[in-house]
Amino acid sequence: MNSKNTCDISLAITGSGGAGSITAGELLLSLAGKNGCFGMMRRSFGPQIRGGEAAALVRISHKPVECMNDGFDLLLALDWNNADRFAEEIALRPDSLIIADPATGEIPASFRALGVEIIEVPMKALTEEIAFGRPNMVALGLLSHWLGFCGDEAGKLIDEIFGKKGEDIRSGSRSAFSAGFTEPLIVAAREARPRVERGDPVFSGSRWHFNGNQGCGLGAIRGGIRFAAAYPITPASDLLEWLSPRLEQLGGSLVQAEDELASINMVIGASFGGVPSMTATSGPGLALMTEAMGLAVASETPAVVVNVMRGGPSTGIPTKSEQVDLNMAIYGLHGDAPHLVLGALDHADCILTTEWSVRLAEALQTVAIVLTDQNLAQSTVLIPEPVYQLPEIGGRLKAGPVEGYRRYEVTASGVSPMAIPGTAGSTYVADGLEHCESGKPSTAAADHLAQLDKRSRKIESFDFGEYWADVRGGGQTAILTWGSSSAVAREAASRLEAGGVAVKVIALRLLLPASPDKLARELDGVSRVLIVEQSHSKQFYHFLRAYYSIGADTHVLARPGPLPITPAEIVEMIENWS
Amino acid sequence: MDPSAKPAAPTPKDFKSALKPIWCPGCGDFAVLNAVTKALAFMGLPREDVALISGIGCSSRIAAYTSVYGFHGVHGRALALASGLKAARPDLTVLVAGGDGDGLSIGGNHFIHACRRNMDLTYIIMDNEVYGMTKGQASPTTAPDWTSSKLTPQGSGIRPFRPAGLALTAGASFIARGFTGDPNGLAKILVAAMQHKGFSFVQALSPCPTFRPEQMQWKHHVRAFECETSSDPVEAAQRIQADDGMSTGIIFRNEYPVFRPGTGVDRGMGSIESEFAI
Repeated sequence: MNSKNTCDISLAITGSGGAGSITAGELLLSLAGKNGCFGMMRRSFGPQIRGGEAAALVRISHKPVECMNDGFDLLLALDWNNADRFAEEIALRPDSLIIADPATGEIPASFRALGVEIIEVPMKALTEEIAFGRPNMVALGLLSHWLGFCGDEAGKLIDEIFGKKGEDIRSGSRSAFSAGFTEPLIVAAREARPRVERGDPVFSGSRWHFNGNQGCGLGAIRGGIRFAAAYPITPASDLLEWLSPRLEQLGGSLVQAEDELASINMVIGASFGGVPSMTATSGPGLALMTEAMGLAVASETPAVVVNVMRGGPSTGIPTKSEQVDLNMAIYGLHGDAPHLVLGALDHADCILTTEWSVRLAEALQTVAIVLTDQNLAQSTVLIPEPVYQLPEIGGRLKAGPVEGYRRYEVTASGVSPMAIPGTAGSTYVADGLEHCESGKPSTAAADHLAQLDKRSRKIESFDFGEYWADVRGGGQTAILTWGSSSAVAREAASRLEAGGVAVKVIALRLLLPASPDKLARELDGVSRVLIVEQSHSKQFYHFLRAYYSIGADTHVLARPGPLPITPAEIVEMIENWS
Repeated sequence: MDPSAKPAAPTPKDFKSALKPIWCPGCGDFAVLNAVTKALAFMGLPREDVALISGIGCSSRIAAYTSVYGFHGVHGRALALASGLKAARPDLTVLVAGGDGDGLSIGGNHFIHACRRNMDLTYIIMDNEVYGMTKGQASPTTAPDWTSSKLTPQGSGIRPFRPAGLALTAGASFIARGFTGDPNGLAKILVAAMQHKGFSFVQALSPCPTFRPEQMQWKHHVRAFECETSSDPVEAAQRIQADDGMSTGIIFRNEYPVFRPGTGVDRGMGSIESEFAI
């Protein structure tokens, strides 16, 4: 076990599609919350559309966690159907435990070879006498007992969840849970091993249970988004599905577009109509949207694109995470096209960063690309309710009826009042052609320069305040990172700190425009910088080289997906600095 | 201006901007501009409640020549942009205009989906069977044996789309064809198109004197459809197939369900935030 006095347990539940491993994992995470713990859960699926194998990867801790741990303490296999596929992902240690059902066949060689302790529990057989009892509920009982969770709380949760599905299912689920919870083999196992303590419930506030896509959705509507256009793409579809009924509830709407070219143009059209608008996509979709993002920049139409990164290029590995669309987000637009790129750092930050991005896009009348990744988007966390206070940002600067209205008037701030259709006396034509202040197309050098300057000035001169990065800790060693690698870096830093090495973690939230002066201040006194990112070609490192000056001794930990970067890898890089 | 004074009825001129079109002398697009402004004046809509969305190409410059709100977007995406605008602002009258290349080639997917989505939009394709702005290449409505393009000197070798047939197959609820040689007739069609609830498609035969000078003879071939507007897609399909593409009039009209997303009623955040709490 990781620890005797505090709880930090990583476990995996695997099974064929329909076996209920994901349901068991979600319930276990909810129970963790009811038992004073925090946690997170990643889902892993085989390539099949339906009926393939699935794994719930759950980490439960007495303190909030934002990334998965290096390895797993326990693997519970509901069955062994294609479980080999998960062998890479579920790294077991010599002291880990496997719980398996002997009725589901031989333990695959890849797991048996590890030589870990195996407890065989006849989960399927235990349900044979229980009407509507399922092995995954037996598994939930086994794991709840092993984790020292309160059986009564579990019963209440099962009543709440399965009560909606009918009395038979509710009572069957409860009985199956009890069969697992009281199973002598697991009771003995818990006695035989150092007990897992769940720690004192020190946190009395509200706990939130959500995934990164939902977090982005919430941030979007908090920021004022009331229209979305959607084209399905893994792993962004569930963000759009989350938005659909909620936008409608808020008097807005979502339209399913015929392709990503349409969805981004619909966003621009709706925003031209005065309604804050967004879409969400992933790498291939973002590639299709880049032309129209140039239009939004040139026509100064606010638009928000949440891009949930996945393994690439091309179709790549759609269900797995990588931080590989940074180059496209930063450099992908044609022409000189100043725009905003932000990256969410963790689940809670998905809310903050998306809300901030919407407010910035509206205030600066430009495109904001919000980068998250599959890792954030489709993993669920159980954390204290996120609380943040964004700096005050005025909304979109709107024009009233103005005699001789000039849509692209050159102003000191670079932001020009925008007339919304319906406003009498201020009709204008938004244009992707270069234009003069009135909006009339122009090829004159002076107009081009004035408009380029204006579009750049409104972003460069804006005060983004302290939210440009999340900076934690101090010391002469710094980790410079972004996106979902940030949480891993923070965990590595806290381990190093426990070992006496102070590490500062600087996670860039605002990627474009760059903040070289702010970073220089943070790096003052830092002698070693480790850059951490999940990409093969070191996209973040090269981005830093382009926009920042880093004098310190610099190392790079850049590696592709699909396996997440672990805290141990970062710790090792810093401990073995050469 | 005295706000209490009753505004005078708008004239077509009120819907024209001060910009001088870049079009060549004799271009059919001038007549489309006249027909659009005439139709808008007839409808008596306040300028600020109308938006004209266009793509890229000679004809797409039309947005800047009117005095309503406009968006001159990227090539081929006018219908998508207009659909977003209409979804967000159902109170506006939204017109969409562009050329045959813009709407049927690069924008072809948006065209068929706009037809089937049936939002309350009016779409005008100013069809001259050529890419004019890029100096004369074959478009999806060009005959296969047109050899005057340097890009396809042997002819495209590809049979052209029949835009009306395409619209019908894709589920458009209003399909018409007008001719720039008859701007009054075209204006009448545009009024009917704007009054129609749902997606209305108007193909405006608009000769290109520069790259397709032979089209100046169209005036001798164009004539009105001899039959009434059909509400039967099978009958309409037969007429479209039997026609040489030179008959004008409202070919097909039917009341299909109009797509309008959302209710526009804000029921508040409600439980949206509390769903996150366990």
